[in-house]
Amino acid sequence: MAPVVALGRATVSAVAGVGYAGMLLYESLYIAVFGWRVGQPLRVRSVFEQMRQIGVDALPIVILLALTIGIMLGIQFIAAMADFGAQSQVVVAVAKSVTREFGALITAILVAGRSGSALAARIGSMQVSQEVDALATMGIEPVRYLAAPALLGMIVMLPALTILADTVAIVGAALYCSPQLNVTPAAYLLQTLSLLTTGDVYQGVAKSFVFAVLITLIGVSTGFSVSGGAEGVGRATTRSVVLSICYIIIADAIFSFFLNR
Amino acid sequence: MNAPVPLIEVEKLEAWYGRRRILHGVDFQVNAGEIRVIMGGSGSGKSTLLRHLLGLHKPRSGSVRLLGVDIGQASEREMLDVRKQIGVSFQGGALLTSLSVGDNVALPLREHTTQDENTIRIMSRLKLEVVNLGGFHDLMPSQLSGGMIKRAALARAIVMDPKLLFFDEPSAGLDPVVSAELDELILRLRDALRMTIVVVTHELESAFKIADTITVLDQGNILMTGTVDAVRHAENERIQDLLNRRPREIQVDADAYLKRLTEEEA
Repeated sequence: MAPVVALGRATVSAVAGVGYAGMLLYESLYIAVFGWRVGQPLRVRSVFEQMRQIGVDALPIVILLALTIGIMLGIQFIAAMADFGAQSQVVVAVAKSVTREFGALITAILVAGRSGSALAARIGSMQVSQEVDALATMGIEPVRYLAAPALLGMIVMLPALTILADTVAIVGAALYCSPQLNVTPAAYLLQTLSLLTTGDVYQGVAKSFVFAVLITLIGVSTGFSVSGGAEGVGRATTRSVVLSICYIIIADAIFSFFLNR
Repeated sequence: MNAPVPLIEVEKLEAWYGRRRILHGVDFQVNAGEIRVIMGGSGSGKSTLLRHLLGLHKPRSGSVRLLGVDIGQASEREMLDVRKQIGVSFQGGALLTSLSVGDNVALPLREHTTQDENTIRIMSRLKLEVVNLGGFHDLMPSQLSGGMIKRAALARAIVMDPKLLFFDEPSAGLDPVVSAELDELILRLRDALRMTIVVVTHELESAFKIADTITVLDQGNILMTGTVDAVRHAENERIQDLLNRRPREIQVDADAYLKRLTEEEA
């Protein structure tokens, strides 16, 4: 019986987790729109603060990684296409794979590691030291103070970072591929622009919007459910990163399946 | 004189953690202007009672009324109005570590009032002066000692001039001098600001010094509520155990003991 019991318990706790995350999403959005009516106004200042932490502070690392991924894709596609003598197809292959897939995915994984874990750690340690209780007793709804600004900041900044990553990755590919293809980087980029459709870019941006919600909800809900002191905070941080990346990849697969059939 | 108005009324409050019952139908009242100490050993349910009084847990059965509002039934708006009139100083201070001491104290004012920044600054510094932390507003909580953190937390708790102040374990983890100073501070707050104060503690000395009335809690039951003298001279054996630091004699029920040892689903 033990495995069945364990399975049942795991299922119940998973369903409870999803329910809790859904409630957080609803409450955050409700407070963002109607909070001022119930005396819990969302502070624009704290949303901007979160946007800075999630977006602006991540710029150097996003640019570096996107550039590297772009160059790497260029190398791989050139090598693979050369076998068929179809090097000129590299431009379209890079353009589509970056905008539809890699830009959004890499950015989301990076932000999950940087900001999702930071959210879990911050809220978790506040939970442990009773700061969350203190906020509640001061009449400051913890969801309003901690979750809603992060959600809005993430929803704005992750798609923005994704578009940036798309651009930088394509530039990276252009830098490596244009000498191989005997064109100038500018010509490579112009060809990319003529081959890309808005649908390609939308696909990545739509994904990143969903990833943003996933990363925030997982980070915030694991943070709020921390128990067991410093060790619990550490566990929650790890858990938030692992869970976020799993959900991001699963969501990505589902998206790709339905959008490309 | 008018009959004293109860600021806190608890009726038949029960609390459970899973299958364990923590509070067994607690009845409890605190009148305006008094300092009530809730006393009890570890595991007596005093922290659970406090969490219910603060509205952090909704009562499973029974009711908790704060300032006349039943917090089990209250709407968000009513709850917010109640919370603006209570102050809480947590055991570990619970200052927000990302904000300076001054910003911590000013936080309730910034969130709940429309005062301009100058007024808020002056009001929060005034409260820091009250707790003898004048000039420390620029420090971060991590730069403060244990006693200073408690006093800063107290300043934050009283910054909105609450009618009702809760204080969780004021002397836990402090040296005797600092904890005596905190006791003085609590007495002064009641006299100067006319607050009703509820203190949860297991420190006998400080309890006897500050209390008007004491409620003794043991294993989820209220043993007695009375004046300091009444509690000192209580006949109840458990109370005397607590007062005289006698280890309790635990009666072992053989069947229950065996069951606890062998049961799979504890």
